[in-house]
Amino acid sequence: MNKTDRWLLPEGIEEVLPEQAQRLEQLRRQLLDTYESWGYDLVIPPFIEYLESLLTGTGNDLDLQTFKLTDQLTGRLMGIRADMTPQVARIDAHQLNRETPTRLCYIGTVLHTRTDGFAGSRSPLQVGAELYGHAGIESDVEVMTLMLETLALSGVDNPFVDLGHVGIYRELVKQAGLDKEQEATLFDSLQRKANTEIAAYLKEWKLDSKITDAIRALTNLNGDESVLTEAKTVLSKTSKGVLNALDELSNIAALLQQRLPEIKIHYDLAELRGYHYHTGTVFAAYVAGRGQAVALGGRYDDIGEVFGRARPATGFSTDLKTLLSLSTHKNNQVAAIYAPADNDPDLHKAIAELRQQGEKVVCALPGQKGNAKEMFCNRQLDKNASGWQVKDL
Amino acid sequence: MSEVLTIALSKGRIFKETMPLLAHAGIVPKDDPETSRKLILDTNHDDVKLVIIRATDVPTYVQYGAADIGVAGKDVLLEHGGEGLYEPLDLEIAKCKLMTAGPVGVPEPEGRLRIATKFVNCARRYYAEQGKQVEVIKLYGSMELAPLVGLADRIIDVVDTGNTLKANGLEPLEHIADISSRLVVNKASMKMKHAKVKALIDHIAEAVKNK
Repeated sequence: MNKTDRWLLPEGIEEVLPEQAQRLEQLRRQLLDTYESWGYDLVIPPFIEYLESLLTGTGNDLDLQTFKLTDQLTGRLMGIRADMTPQVARIDAHQLNRETPTRLCYIGTVLHTRTDGFAGSRSPLQVGAELYGHAGIESDVEVMTLMLETLALSGVDNPFVDLGHVGIYRELVKQAGLDKEQEATLFDSLQRKANTEIAAYLKEWKLDSKITDAIRALTNLNGDESVLTEAKTVLSKTSKGVLNALDELSNIAALLQQRLPEIKIHYDLAELRGYHYHTGTVFAAYVAGRGQAVALGGRYDDIGEVFGRARPATGFSTDLKTLLSLSTHKNNQVAAIYAPADNDPDLHKAIAELRQQGEKVVCALPGQKGNAKEMFCNRQLDKNASGWQVKDL
Repeated sequence: MSEVLTIALSKGRIFKETMPLLAHAGIVPKDDPETSRKLILDTNHDDVKLVIIRATDVPTYVQYGAADIGVAGKDVLLEHGGEGLYEPLDLEIAKCKLMTAGPVGVPEPEGRLRIATKFVNCARRYYAEQGKQVEVIKLYGSMELAPLVGLADRIIDVVDTGNTLKANGLEPLEHIADISSRLVVNKASMKMKHAKVKALIDHIAEAVKNK
């Protein structure tokens, strides 16, 4: 190895330096306290576990994103978590086994094999909350509200909420009777809203024209709430399942708007992010100036089935480092007090008292370089007739 | 606050053929990229800017939101993967074909084929679909030279008239995909600047239809 690149970190792996780290930690505490006040219990899932439990029911994307290694004790494959949501679902389904609605929150570093997103990190600090055991729209709205609260606390201003419902596409595909490969092809084109390709595929597959029209309409069903009205007309000839999904979506939007009247909602009925495990509403938050979603979530009922218990589930997660980089909050670093190098017991008593009061006190070391200012202090302990006193610099 | 809409375009054919479509939407640039050295061009609208970049960079700019909208060839999109982008509209301009080509009358050699191309991902995908394991050699230009100097057995490139191939003793062989330029849109812009973006897409769609 060359001497000049010994300090290099792997691509997409970053460290957080003092000022940023302090802000990150402040925000972390603030968020966890907020989740606590909403009744969400903190869980700390392991950083590494057997691959099967990490990946069950989550689809191919997460598999590719997961670093893997062999456990020397059992010979089984282990994975380093790339997403904490399945871990938390496992905890709910298998460890807690409660019958009541269960609210859980978590924070931790996850590791991705590939960078995703702009100047992509491979080690986001994932933070999120999940609500298990309730299938109604109230739990979806609660989780969305908490997501928006998280953004507000982080100083990420004026978010947009993007709403979709994977049930609509799921129903249409079922009705059309597409095979796995066709479904995957259509899914891929739909994700890119590639109208030309979608039209070509649908023609090639010779589907029922009612379904073809509905699927083609999906790519254009995005925009403000007028989309829902339009969708009701365009999709009226499809199945009851589609219409139920649409109703659910408008009810959720109405309730969210009632709780947070200022929030701007955008609808996109072709938004199928996380389609492989989501079952109902999917939502994301966007902010101006960032080309990608800042927080994501949705309903994923029955993911716990593979761990022994199917439960309705909804939740959101985001990356704390991303939030911090978008934050408009100023850093409120507390300036420290400088204590001279002196072994006087009275001085050390004074220091202990100040620290007790929440002050930050930095002790000078004998013969050290730099003065109080260079050590980022704005006050100093000085001895006068009445003992050690704090003096402004 | 009036939000600015940034449109990413590449110089040359795509720029020339996109201008009439943009003009239909009422957008006219104040400078000509062929004569101006500016990389950001103002238009007759204060809130619409054009950025002039390399064709292969357009998906990257749009994916990460450095531009809201862009015009990119399907060849570039196939190579890029198109992830994180919407491509709602086929502009039906800059049409050509993505093809394999090789020396005239030379049968395919036995064993692993060596393929020279700048479309590395497309090449791998195409031959994998054919059930063939190939060696892909990434080049940045003048692909036609590779078979002549023994660097490769076949090339994959976009073919318009086929004149360059002919002049170098090559012939087009297999057709991989029809190429035309697509309007690409950043996912967040589609959601957050919806009214503006949608209006522009509709105008351009109308212009494409009327052509």
